[in-house]
Amino acid sequence: MLDHGGRDPVAAPLALGITALILFVISNVFPLLEFGLSGQHDTAYLLAGIRQLYAQPAPLLASVVLFTTVLAPLLHIALLIYIYLPLQFGRRPPAFVAALRLVQRILPWSMLEIFLLGVLVAAVKLAEQATIVAGPAAWSLGVLVIVLAAAATQVHPQRLWDRVG
Amino acid sequence: MNAPGPTALARDLVGCHSCGLVNRWPSTHTHARCARCHAPLHRRIPRSLSRSWAFLVASIMLYVPANVLPIMHVTSLGQVRADTILSGAEYLLLHGMWPLALIVFVASILVPLVKMVILAYLLVSVQRHSPSRRLDRTRLYRFTEFVGRWSMVDVYVVTILVALVHLGAVAQIEAGFGALFFAAVVILTMLAAHVFDPRLIWDDAVTRHA
Repeated sequence: MLDHGGRDPVAAPLALGITALILFVISNVFPLLEFGLSGQHDTAYLLAGIRQLYAQPAPLLASVVLFTTVLAPLLHIALLIYIYLPLQFGRRPPAFVAALRLVQRILPWSMLEIFLLGVLVAAVKLAEQATIVAGPAAWSLGVLVIVLAAAATQVHPQRLWDRVG
Repeated sequence: MNAPGPTALARDLVGCHSCGLVNRWPSTHTHARCARCHAPLHRRIPRSLSRSWAFLVASIMLYVPANVLPIMHVTSLGQVRADTILSGAEYLLLHGMWPLALIVFVASILVPLVKMVILAYLLVSVQRHSPSRRLDRTRLYRFTEFVGRWSMVDVYVVTILVALVHLGAVAQIEAGFGALFFAAVVILTMLAAHVFDPRLIWDDAVTRHA
């Protein structure tokens, strides 16, 4: 797609970045799914799932999941705030160039939208044998996916360069 | 088909991958950097074809264990069942959840296969300087770049099931080696697409028309 004008190149990504950070925390602190089977109850957290994979032991698989669903999205969000917060106050952050380049490199490896589809498939798979209820993290993850997709379309290195370069 | 004009390459211009600034290509030294953001400049992605082939061949080799080995072991009431990628999709189909079976089948079985075939075709056609259907091939490339990541869905399903089902005696789910190989296939095909430079498809269109 070719470049076009549009919204404020700084304020919109910054707002989306801060929203994403809040949603990211909610998604990792609250349970994703609640599970009930013959009187026993259990809850699934994203981080607990990764920890269990490490313990099984499937450390390589756990690392892939950790990177694509926790570290890469967190880095994406942190970089958004790191780049756009100083710009909002008219300053250029240190290592601005490297940070911008890193955002573009990290984007394909942040796979929360695919993880969300995985949550859906897993829930439906289990729904036959057990009672499955979506937890708060499932909902916040759904919104986070939309916010991050919006943020990705709002980052225009070219326009930023035209402004600060 | 319309003949494209001369490329920037032919006019000694090169666009910066990082900030988009179009630089004049310095003829004197090889390690050129962007005048504005100092990112390294490359006229084309270096060794694009050989690196893309390497990732693709590696992913084809790992594709076999990814599909043969179980992605998870389900222990339920003393019985142990091993699920492969294919049997997971089959299970959903047999239990009447065909929309989901379709998603899993497309994402886990069709997409990796189609992606490997498309990448091999793109690499071979560029190496043979094929003049045919350049626009379609460019579209195919964009398609593989967009769709490849979605194959990761099965790896996440295993992660969530592992997190959810640890009721000790009642049921337990463990990840199998198939899941690891499968994740490796997805990552390797993503890298193969990433290092492939789609501009190579168009490069000799210009020399032919020039």
